[in-house]
Amino acid sequence: MKNYITVIGLEVHAELKTKTKAFCSCSTEFGAEPNTHVCPVCLGMPGALPVLNKRVVEFAIRAGLALNCDIQKFNKMDRKNYFYPDLAKNYQISQWDEPICLGGHIDIRVNGEKKRIGITRIHMEEDAGKLVHSGLTISTSDYSAVDYNRAGVPLIEIVSEPDMRSAAEARAYMEQLKAILEYTDVCDCKMQEGSLRCDANISVMPEGATEFGTRAEIKNLNSFRALERAIEYEVERQIEIVEDGGHVVQETRTWDDANGVTLSMRSKEEAHDYRYFPEPDLVPVNLDQAWIDEIKATLPELPSARKERLLAEDVPEDNADIIVASKKVADYFDAGTKATKNLKALSNWLIGDVAGFLNAEGIEIDNPEFRITPDHLGELVNLIDKGVLSSKLAKQVFAEMLKVNEAPEALVKKLGLEQVSDAGELGKLVDEVIAANPQSIADFKAGKKKALGFLVGQIMKATHGKANPGMVNKMLMEKLQ
Amino acid sequence: MKVTEKDVKYIAALSRLEISEAEMPKFTEQFNQILNYADILQKVDTTGIEPTFSILPLYNVLREDVPQEGVAHEDALKNAPAVHNDGFKVPRVIE
Repeated sequence: MKNYITVIGLEVHAELKTKTKAFCSCSTEFGAEPNTHVCPVCLGMPGALPVLNKRVVEFAIRAGLALNCDIQKFNKMDRKNYFYPDLAKNYQISQWDEPICLGGHIDIRVNGEKKRIGITRIHMEEDAGKLVHSGLTISTSDYSAVDYNRAGVPLIEIVSEPDMRSAAEARAYMEQLKAILEYTDVCDCKMQEGSLRCDANISVMPEGATEFGTRAEIKNLNSFRALERAIEYEVERQIEIVEDGGHVVQETRTWDDANGVTLSMRSKEEAHDYRYFPEPDLVPVNLDQAWIDEIKATLPELPSARKERLLAEDVPEDNADIIVASKKVADYFDAGTKATKNLKALSNWLIGDVAGFLNAEGIEIDNPEFRITPDHLGELVNLIDKGVLSSKLAKQVFAEMLKVNEAPEALVKKLGLEQVSDAGELGKLVDEVIAANPQSIADFKAGKKKALGFLVGQIMKATHGKANPGMVNKMLMEKLQ
Repeated sequence: MKVTEKDVKYIAALSRLEISEAEMPKFTEQFNQILNYADILQKVDTTGIEPTFSILPLYNVLREDVPQEGVAHEDALKNAPAVHNDGFKVPRVIE
């Protein structure tokens, strides 16, 4: 088999966190009863006229600036015509040839390698309604029920250059993009709820080829995991076709998460003749540089800058990447730095035990079920640094902290876990252990270093793990030499 | 003739319009008349003139992001050909 190069570009739809829809004043609140946030505009009634939400333009500019794009001063909306009941108008208002943002980029890091992924464009458009099918799948349904609450909710579509070469790179890009959209507060980025959605254009070409292979577009990628798995599957599928002497068909495919496969959506060719034309019901928007500058001045510290700050504070790069990927986690970390100076240890706890708990529970760090405050985590780090707790005992305290919202210092007392660092007390134990284990002493003196570990273990056992292991080690060595 | 009956059929299908065989020649001719007129417009020298996207002398008509009540749920569904589970019931559509 030849070596193949995978070429991936992503199209990401992000629902904007506005209070109202893009072209009417209906609420965008998620989870309302079907067809309760609707009006003549989003129901496509004849004669109803759309008016663009100023916030939509502001958020698109904000996202564009954070993604290093050039903001285009002249903006117009276009009609994308298609017949599908998810939009009552039979067209979607979008931007075709004059998108609001052009030419940005995102920097990613995969296995320690840095790479810049280009962003082709960002445009504004409206979301479509939701179809609930009567059967389990669309093909087994007799009919569908449409809910137009989501119809007209503003979106930005962020189109990348075909710069990614692996599923891991696509995932890293998506994670970075999500972080930036979260930091800039333009999207709530809930992939499961559909407020952040991803389609992937995937093709393969033999190594050394100068032209990209034919691409397939994969839809329905509702998690980072789905994105990675779908790419891996699709790449394998396409390579197999090419190896068998066939041709990849340019088509839209859907990701079937349960079965781990991509399936052809068998679209009719004509379905993609959208006949775009300028939206006559909306007037153009000329952006004022002063407004753009004003938005630029309110941009928060972005993940890349935050990461640099963490690196300067001795946080390992792998830890920093994980922490800044989520604004909530990064904010938690920042709050914790007020309680401890040992940021490396704090970051280790955060991406280790804390992340382990959150993943197991399937909750986010700001969920009240996670009871450890940033202060308390910082204090726990300090207790280890001061020698009050061994790292082993710290895990016990941590486990207790997950159950009750109390300061670690109080819990150490409550659980009776203070580390024994008293030289007199430890000296007595050391003598006892030496007296009780003549064979081990002999072994140690004969050069069996392992015997020392056994002796330390005996003392730890006698103190229920509370003896200061560093001191025990040192005292034993002194006595034995 | 630039537009053929095949084009008319295609455009009619995209627009979900039924055009009978008898009507075909008439529509095909009218399509061509429209395009012929566009050809005349194409002859106008527009060097240095930006494309006109809107004929209104208006820019930047924007709305503040303040929610307002839309239409009542029951009224919205009055326009539905059929209703199922508070939704507009539509035939199964495969894109």
